[in-house]
Amino acid sequence: MSTASNLERVLKAGIFAVTSECGPPRGADPEAVKKKGGFLSGYVDAVNVTDNQTSVVRMSSLSACLILKTMGFDPVMQMVCRDRNRIAIQSDILGAAALGINNILCLSGDHQKFGDHPTAKNVFDVDSIQLIQCVRKMVDDGRFLSGEEIKGKPSLFVGCAANPFADPFEIRAMRLAKKAVAGAQFVQTQCVFNVGKFGKWMEMVRDLGVHEKVHILAGITPMKSVGMAKYMKNSVPGMDVPDDLIKRMQDTPKEKQAEEGIRICLETIEKVRGIKGVSGIHIMAIEWEQMVPEIVRSAGLYPRPSP
Amino acid sequence: MITAERKPMAEIRAMLAPYRKILVVGCGSCVAECASGGEKEVGLLASALRMDAKIEGRTIEVREMTIDRQCVYEFIDQLTGIADRYEIILSLGCGAGVQAVAEVFPKMLVIPALNTTFIGETKEPGLWVENCRACGDCKLGYFAAVCPVTRCAKGLFNGPCGGSKNGVCEVDPDSPCAWQLIIERLENAGRSDLLEAIYPPADWSRQQGKGPKKIVREDQRSEG
Repeated sequence: MSTASNLERVLKAGIFAVTSECGPPRGADPEAVKKKGGFLSGYVDAVNVTDNQTSVVRMSSLSACLILKTMGFDPVMQMVCRDRNRIAIQSDILGAAALGINNILCLSGDHQKFGDHPTAKNVFDVDSIQLIQCVRKMVDDGRFLSGEEIKGKPSLFVGCAANPFADPFEIRAMRLAKKAVAGAQFVQTQCVFNVGKFGKWMEMVRDLGVHEKVHILAGITPMKSVGMAKYMKNSVPGMDVPDDLIKRMQDTPKEKQAEEGIRICLETIEKVRGIKGVSGIHIMAIEWEQMVPEIVRSAGLYPRPSP
Repeated sequence: MITAERKPMAEIRAMLAPYRKILVVGCGSCVAECASGGEKEVGLLASALRMDAKIEGRTIEVREMTIDRQCVYEFIDQLTGIADRYEIILSLGCGAGVQAVAEVFPKMLVIPALNTTFIGETKEPGLWVENCRACGDCKLGYFAAVCPVTRCAKGLFNGPCGGSKNGVCEVDPDSPCAWQLIIERLENAGRSDLLEAIYPPADWSRQQGKGPKKIVREDQRSEG
């Protein structure tokens, strides 16, 4: 069954999809969302809106999704299990669908230890796989987790995340397979820097036939500087930045590093496009959204199919 | 066992400040095993209180008593006839012990000297680790006897999350990733198939949400 999702339409048409993301502001100013959205307009098939990412309090994902929707975007509402129990989760899903949000990305959520309220109590009433099942039950069966019937069932295209680089590596493809069984229809991966390892993961994914069940979008992040590259390598859990990329950034004069970062990013896009089973890219240009148009154009992915 | 740690002395002193006659009560069970509330710790704490008073020129009376189990009335009864000679009971029991003693002596104030921390095991001398959250619905049989509710920082039933690196949890580099352990143990036992199952949301009402939990067993009641 199809939804009104533009992302779903593009993926099902077999067009190499481009999504990006917009991190909501740490305040109530809608202009901050519109400004970021402005950079992406016309260059993406859908835009993810993060949900209190890295456990830092921000404008809610649903609210920022709505602002972006009024700008003509097809937003992907990210939802984490850290902050809501199953009652709040299902309530927010109904609300999002009622407001015309067509996509949801189901995540466990970063641990609160890394955020601005480390003394908070986390929820994790359900986990990301159970959340995927929950949304599909609401969408397909028109029933709540409790089994009770929903009057006016929601329609959503359901996504998940995958980290091909975390340990233990051997079970990572199987874990995506589990998410597909749970009902995920698309997946956006952790930022790909180590293309070799990503390729190995894709091979295992293909062996399980998962690429035929779920549309796979490779995560792409341009590096602004060698400092950012090192930070991601050393301080961001689950990130794999190979030493040769660090060296390449290091050997580039400071004023040319951003340019080099974009070059690496474009090479990565080219390589992942060549991997069988990759259906698109998800560009996470963290606080660098203004670069997305150039990346999409230079990668030969512009113009996007009209919604 | 229930583990506990002694509160900071400043907090204990502040709570005891108005009182001169203090009964310090230890417990010979769990908190003795984790070296926070047994006879030895009672002695140390009582000595510290006496020392404080001496330095400050105050007169206090501190009596030490350690009973086998502070959470069972038959043992608490050993305090009957003694407790009422004191103004306050300073309990070195776990939270259950403190409350059980208070229940037996309704007119007395009982204050805790410990912070009750978790249900765990003695891993090595001087190291205790948490491994049970008393969820009331033990699923260890599916997870190779490694509890994901307790030992995974996100309590994932369908882990691991994306933050596990080199077998270590992203939240605490000193803690192994519970899911790494589950995977290894299931593989070693030839039961990797259990990893493919999707576990449904837990019934948390068995752990919380209905007020304090109770166990009622008629076979045990009829004996009395």
